[in-house]
Amino acid sequence: MTNSTILKSSIAKKVAMALSGLFLITFLSIHFFVNLTSVFSEELFNMMAHFMGNNPIIQFVMQPILIIGVLFHFIMGFVLDFKNRSSRPIAYAKYNGASNASWSSRNMIISGIVVLSFLGLHFYDFWVPEMAYKYVEANPLNAQRYYHELGEKFESPIRTAIYSFSFFFLFLHLWHGFNSSFQSIGVNNKYSKAIHKFGYAFAIIVPFGFIFIALFHHFNH
Amino acid sequence: MKLALKIWRQNDASSKGKMVDYTVEKIEPDMSFLEMLDILNDELIVKGEDTVAFDHDCREGICGMCSLFINGEAHGPDRLVTTCQLHMRKFKDGDTIYIEPFRAKGFPVIKDLVVDRSAFDRIQQSGGFISVNTSGNTIDANTIPIPKHDADKAFDAATCIGCGACVATCKNSSAMLFVSAKVSQFSLLPQGKVEAKERVLNMVNQMDAEGFGNCTNTGACEVECPKGISLENIARMNREYLKSSII
Ligand code: SF4
Ligand code: FES
Repeated sequence: MTNSTILKSSIAKKVAMALSGLFLITFLSIHFFVNLTSVFSEELFNMMAHFMGNNPIIQFVMQPILIIGVLFHFIMGFVLDFKNRSSRPIAYAKYNGASNASWSSRNMIISGIVVLSFLGLHFYDFWVPEMAYKYVEANPLNAQRYYHELGEKFESPIRTAIYSFSFFFLFLHLWHGFNSSFQSIGVNNKYSKAIHKFGYAFAIIVPFGFIFIALFHHFNH
Repeated sequence: MKLALKIWRQNDASSKGKMVDYTVEKIEPDMSFLEMLDILNDELIVKGEDTVAFDHDCREGICGMCSLFINGEAHGPDRLVTTCQLHMRKFKDGDTIYIEPFRAKGFPVIKDLVVDRSAFDRIQQSGGFISVNTSGNTIDANTIPIPKHDADKAFDAATCIGCGACVATCKNSSAMLFVSAKVSQFSLLPQGKVEAKERVLNMVNQMDAEGFGNCTNTGACEVECPKGISLENIARMNREYLKSSII
């Protein structure tokens, strides 16, 4: 079997989707952890954010890998969705999808598109100004500015609402995605039950945790 | 009971089909779904109309020949049964029932509700077998000790009757449940381990070549499968495929 056949195979694509998803889950956990500190201590949050934003390994190695990971996951998601739709050229007159599979598992493309749109907004909101601040305007380092900036962002009720709405869709995406990734890479053993429970807990705690942080700052500034 | 039926009618593989309305009366709750269609066909014969073509053979739930997408579900609303084992007591007087063929690019319609499932045969031919020397001194398989757990799992996988409900029900028209059952029934046993590597690679390649979609783990196949084939088999196939492609 040549390498190109392996890469074209349905299972390899499925595994690639799962691994990129798990990678994004890892990133999400770190992001969540950093944001969570803002609820407890301004100082700690400023320190963490400053470290993340100025550590050369994170900035010039991890950040590009992350961007590639996001691009790969969503491009592959669209490619697979297109291929899957074309695998049934004539649709059923009646299709009772709800009778055998959850909404979240059947609509990963919808929850994915919402999360992706949010990422666009998030980049525009946080990442672009941050890059401009650091690399275009070349402002001097200021390790105290992050907490203040965060608070400003969540002043607007509209932005806070959009943020919460998107994270609800992230919850739906993770509800299926977390456990699905493990199934895709072939994990089905005595730890599966524990992984499942952890996956569902993660899907609830992290997105709703982000919503909590947003609301916390909205009402406390 | 009296029922309204909406049935997919299509003259042949190349013509365009459409849903056609029929009514059937005096349907007993004890009748099987296929008997209900027999009654409809009797009436159509009397009227001099073309009968509705549908697949069936054993009518005992063991051959995998019957199909039908009934009210939006493969093999209808009941669980762990094939269409031939579905009874009319699952429906109520006055119900409207949608009856459609199993739909997938890999399962083209031949006529009405009959689809061509030979893609499954080609997948099987590509690796769903073991090579045994039958020259006369064949060793009895029972002389090879096999852990009960493995034997049970292999047997569970082997109960797949190749009906194609998994493909029909999957929103992606993926054939992974079927292929994984056929991979697992051999790879769990010592006789099947010898050719395990080529088997999984060839069968997955053939599956992809037949135009089935990609599995996204919705789990719908497992719910609709008349034999209760587990998703565990798909995880096993993914593992075996990865192992066989890398090493
Ligand atoms: S896995 Fe189940 S649904 Fe699929 S072909 Fe086998 S018996 Fe039918
Ligand atoms: S006709 Fe044989 S399984 Fe239904």
